[in-house]
Amino acid sequence: MTEYSLAELCITAASEIFRDETPEVFATLIGTLPKLAGYVAKETFLPGMMMSDGIYYLAAEPVHVGKRSVDYVVKKEGRIGYERVFTIVAKGNRHAFVGPVQVDQYGQMNLSCIGDYAAPKVTMLGVRGLPGNTVNNRTSMFFANHNKRALVAGEVDMVSGAGYNPTRYPNGKYPRGLDHRQIITNLCILDFEGSNHKIRVRSLHPGVSFEEVQDNTGFDLVRPDNIPETAPPTDEQLAIISKYDPNNMRSYIFKDNPPVRRAS
Amino acid sequence: MSYSVLDKRMSVSDIVGRLESGMTIGIGGWGARQKPMALIREIVKSDLKDLTIVSYGGCDVGMLASAGKIKKLVFSFVSLDAIPLEAHFRRARSAGEFEVMEIDEGMFQLGLKAAAQNLDFLPCVAGLGTDVMTYNPDIKTIKSPYSDDHYVAMPAIQLDVALCHVSEADQCGNSHIGGPDMFFDEWFCRAAKTSYLTCERIVETSAFNDDHKILRMPIERSLVSGIAEVPFGAHPTSSGPEYGFDVPHLKAYSSTAKEGWEGYVSEFVEAEDYVSKVGGADHIRSLPLPAF
Repeated sequence: MTEYSLAELCITAASEIFRDETPEVFATLIGTLPKLAGYVAKETFLPGMMMSDGIYYLAAEPVHVGKRSVDYVVKKEGRIGYERVFTIVAKGNRHAFVGPVQVDQYGQMNLSCIGDYAAPKVTMLGVRGLPGNTVNNRTSMFFANHNKRALVAGEVDMVSGAGYNPTRYPNGKYPRGLDHRQIITNLCILDFEGSNHKIRVRSLHPGVSFEEVQDNTGFDLVRPDNIPETAPPTDEQLAIISKYDPNNMRSYIFKDNPPVRRAS
Repeated sequence: MSYSVLDKRMSVSDIVGRLESGMTIGIGGWGARQKPMALIREIVKSDLKDLTIVSYGGCDVGMLASAGKIKKLVFSFVSLDAIPLEAHFRRARSAGEFEVMEIDEGMFQLGLKAAAQNLDFLPCVAGLGTDVMTYNPDIKTIKSPYSDDHYVAMPAIQLDVALCHVSEADQCGNSHIGGPDMFFDEWFCRAAKTSYLTCERIVETSAFNDDHKILRMPIERSLVSGIAEVPFGAHPTSSGPEYGFDVPHLKAYSSTAKEGWEGYVSEFVEAEDYVSKVGGADHIRSLPLPAF
């Protein structure tokens, strides 16, 4: 059997968030895991996926993650400056795969600050594009450390990304574009397919129990009768990952780059 | 008077001399890219105070924050790109040193575009369902006159002045941005009562008689009151395609957030010859363009 790491398991599992996507979706992939997951999707079942080089250009093929050699040249197929990105965000044919600092039971996300808003204990990036992404585009998330500081009780400290919390909308009506898909963590895959978009355990990584996931989550998770184990990567998927990650940046996704646990 | 005798050339200190305490100032560029840093350093040295700063923020915001110039910050993020979190901004924000209007980056551009068109607001969906609305009670929602939809009515962001850095300009105020993304510099200038630009070099107007260059000239000269020639005026941010951002310098700058800011000011902000002080023209030209 092929050896693979937890990072590789999560990358290939995360590629599935694009399974139902439109053929030429613009995917915004923030971070090593989202990028490699998008690349696996593009190379296996979604060849029309559009992505940027992270700066300005539409990349005709996935751009290597990590430090590139000096002679590496991005292959361009168009331009995608920020003004155009914002226009695409507003129209909606986009899937943003992001790494917020906190998420709550409603799928609301925080990227702004923790603590008192006037003088926060921890100041982070700012809301950035999360408000627009979350009410217009498909949104998926990645958390490297599944714990109650990340998947919090109640609501996140500063709701930067919107979620399924009807009390926060005029007339309690969700915007048409609100469409949260999956949350990938080091323990499991979550989705929003419980009743009323409640967060549900979609699959458990090998050796992880529902109880362990629930114990590390600040809100109640929907527990289906049968929870599958997260599917292992195929050799083809692992080869795609290696091709676009020649410097093994994926070994930094999780602390100490752990292997997948043995199923208990 | 023929337009060809317009001469808007001035020095960086002349430009900052036109600014006043209490003004709302928009700063072009994005994060650690294409920021008018020579003007920012001049503001740090000035007596200006109580500024409302409007920026897709990078070290422009960080330096003005540590210099105590900011009364209110209008922002979506503050980042140095290669260094995701801006240390000076974080320190000042967590100390509650200024008021904030924290909005989605799409709302931000709509605020500039509303001001550019003399509109009170432009509608969007972004902002609904978030604490952007909680902490900015002045931002209202509006029901569509055509359906049951509700939108955020993003208010115009009126600027007194916009400050931007471009690649080339002529003495009339025509200008060319050479970097790949022109960001929102155009909309900062259109939202402002007037604008001042720094440029890598002043060129003859005939240099713009070029069909390729013209595609990267989003700011017409009537928007511009003053031009200052400042080679490497965006350092330590990038000015594509000529130089990238200076990551070692940005790291050293970041390390002065908790302690040592005065030393950074005296060593770099107040340097007689800034370009030599940061390593010289050849060093800056060799800085790689950003890649992620």
